[in-house]
Amino acid sequence: MSAPETEKDSGPVPTTGHEWDGIRELDNPLPRWWLWIFYASVVYAIGYWILMPAWPGLTGYTRGVLGKSDRAAVVEQLSELKTLRGQQNARLTQASLQEIESDPTLQAHALAVGQSVFGDNCATCHGVGGTGSKGYANLRDDVWLWGGTLEDIHRTLQYGIRSGHPQARVSQMPAYGKDQILTAAQVADLTEYVVALSGRPANAAAVQRAAPVYAANCVACHGPEGRGDPLQGAPNLTDKEWLYGSGRQDIKAQIHAGRGGVMPAWSGRLDPETVKALAVYVHANAAGQ
Amino acid sequence: MTVVIDRTRAGQKKAGPASAAEKARRRGDPGGGLYKPRTPIYPKQVRGPWRNLKWALMIATLAIYYITPWIRWDRPGGLPDQAILVDFAGRRFYLFDLQFWPQEVYFITGLLVMAALALFLASALFGRLWCGYACPQTIWTDLFIQVERLFEGDRNARMRRDASSWSLDKAWRKAGKHLVWLGIAFGTGGAWIFYFHDAPTVLVQFWTGQAPATAYVFCALLTFTTYVFAGTLREQVCTYMCPWPRIQGALIDQDSLQVTYRIDRGEPRGPHKKGASWEGRGGCIDCDQCVVVCPMGIDIRDGAQLECINCGLCADACDEMMDRIDRPRGLIGYDTDKAVAAREAGQAAVYRLVRPRTLFYAAALVLVSGLMLWGLTHRQAFDVHVLRDRNPIAVRLADGSVRNGYTLKIANRSFADADARIRFDGPAGALLKTPAAPVATDGVSARIEANTVRAVRVFVTLPEQAGAGTSLPVAFTVTLPEGAMTVKSTFITDPGARP
Ligand code: SF4
Ligand code: SF4
Repeated sequence: MSAPETEKDSGPVPTTGHEWDGIRELDNPLPRWWLWIFYASVVYAIGYWILMPAWPGLTGYTRGVLGKSDRAAVVEQLSELKTLRGQQNARLTQASLQEIESDPTLQAHALAVGQSVFGDNCATCHGVGGTGSKGYANLRDDVWLWGGTLEDIHRTLQYGIRSGHPQARVSQMPAYGKDQILTAAQVADLTEYVVALSGRPANAAAVQRAAPVYAANCVACHGPEGRGDPLQGAPNLTDKEWLYGSGRQDIKAQIHAGRGGVMPAWSGRLDPETVKALAVYVHANAAGQ
Repeated sequence: MTVVIDRTRAGQKKAGPASAAEKARRRGDPGGGLYKPRTPIYPKQVRGPWRNLKWALMIATLAIYYITPWIRWDRPGGLPDQAILVDFAGRRFYLFDLQFWPQEVYFITGLLVMAALALFLASALFGRLWCGYACPQTIWTDLFIQVERLFEGDRNARMRRDASSWSLDKAWRKAGKHLVWLGIAFGTGGAWIFYFHDAPTVLVQFWTGQAPATAYVFCALLTFTTYVFAGTLREQVCTYMCPWPRIQGALIDQDSLQVTYRIDRGEPRGPHKKGASWEGRGGCIDCDQCVVVCPMGIDIRDGAQLECINCGLCADACDEMMDRIDRPRGLIGYDTDKAVAAREAGQAAVYRLVRPRTLFYAAALVLVSGLMLWGLTHRQAFDVHVLRDRNPIAVRLADGSVRNGYTLKIANRSFADADARIRFDGPAGALLKTPAAPVATDGVSARIEANTVRAVRVFVTLPEQAGAGTSLPVAFTVTLPEGAMTVKSTFITDPGARP
């Protein structure tokens, strides 16, 4: 038990007269600076109510004398940004792809634009580093189904692949197994043949059996030596790049079902100059042609 | 050895002008008040060598402050021609022929360390030299007090006028003083922004409303702080706000020369009648001149105090008094606690400016200065950093060869464009490629414009490595006008399996 409070403890400071269990509440004045800030805040708040949107009503809110609106400010900023970009992008629009690539300042600008646009739109499928994954093309190497020159890349970007755009790049690998064009045994033999094309050891008997099947069905697109054809988007079967996987199972599945990925046509979604910048960016980072 | 100085004096303190701090202490304040009220200080005008030194230093430091931004300095190209310029927008600090980049901020650190050590050394030797003579707070307060004197007169006139009721005379003097104070404060804030923008340009822009917003903000901010700190807060800045008085206690010892009241000569003090004998008494005639001139409102005779900025004005006041009564000068002057104690004990005073503490501070100062000088003279105009691409770390090409991407950041701190030749040092058969340039085996070139950093993307392709580890030590050698620089990096030979 502590001793009850005495005058000695509280000193000459008056109390409020409230008392609980012998503890009385001191009536110390608030610090002057605190009071002044409090009063100033009150005045400020009243001024704010008058000048700025403040009080909610049933159907709307008080608009304030200044009529400030964040939404209007954002709209204005966006249109400012557009005019600002317009000046920079005008050069991209006028210059040809080669000109952009050979002018260091213009190229730097295109690379910067391209990098951010790539991150926003392309990285979802192709990865931030552009190396793709199974079914999504690697954009950093020198294997290009539809050609790796600046123009090829630009065209693919503009119209897409199997995108439904009239100028889209379209190729169709038949589903030999699924559509019963070939028998399961033939598909298995063809798999061995493709493995052999890529320079890996394969079952010689199966390869021999598959040769006429290959000649009848595959040569038109992949060529007699399996080197593919960028004009038709037919992959080279002799290299080490496999969009849908290099294992026997992967190859067999592809012959059986003939998958084909879709890439959107960006000309409808991005400005022409942005697509150009993207093409320059992708080309600059590829080990391409 | 510890010297104990006993300053408790027998006898009552006489009534009369006491120091402002003493008065406040005496008056005390009963409970309820949370803050100690400020006791106004009316420092009296004083003449003497220390005062003259302070005038001279005030003129010199103010001149440096106001003139520096107007010094022009020729630099090539479109670079600013201001000798000293802190260009935040361009991220450069120009100092005559030197040009610092943000990444060289350690030079600023070094400069601050040097300043701190110089301050330590000066304090250990001569007490608060900085506070008394060079601190902006002291200089501007001094200037403001002088303006106050011009309008309202010296100590006594000012005290009388403040105690009197309002009159037209009082009103115009007060108004005039505040107006001039504001003018000086505005000049101070205005000069500040010249250090951060081209001075002649920003001067015109300032008055035509074209200057950047920060210029107005900082001008207003410094106008406000100058006006308040030098006009109304004054000694309270030193006593309550500044950390230095707290630190100085650790730097000053009993061998440091400080403005000191020589009690061995002064005590016992007391009023002295003309012609009376000086036998058996001290030299202090208790005229309180040292108290009334003190800008900090303290009594130096109470010994070294936190508030004392060592301005020496009390020494001037005391000397003037001693001259008048025809006694030797120097009752108050620069002295050490040890010397005072020794003389009081009847021994010869010994002054030791060279002691472990000062030697240590001096050695540290020389060391840091030497390092700074070495750094400045060995500063290179070019700088190369190699950043390996992390995504992807490596790419396998159709023929099995592997490609790695690097970004070479080449900084050109010189004032001339330079051509860099980039060579790859690694296994044979490397192919180099930059965007826009054809593939090359012997290296690639890049132009690095003056005063910029250029990021050069370089792709290196190596043929399939038989039996090599996944990471090869490689290097880039960049040949620049200043010479070749080799920066090490690695080459990843295995991009890993693709899913
Ligand atoms: S105490 Fe601080 S503000 Fe006062 S003079 Fe010294 S350094 Fe300047
Ligand atoms: S006591 Fe003397 S040296 Fe110290 S601040 Fe006052 S006048 Fe200056």
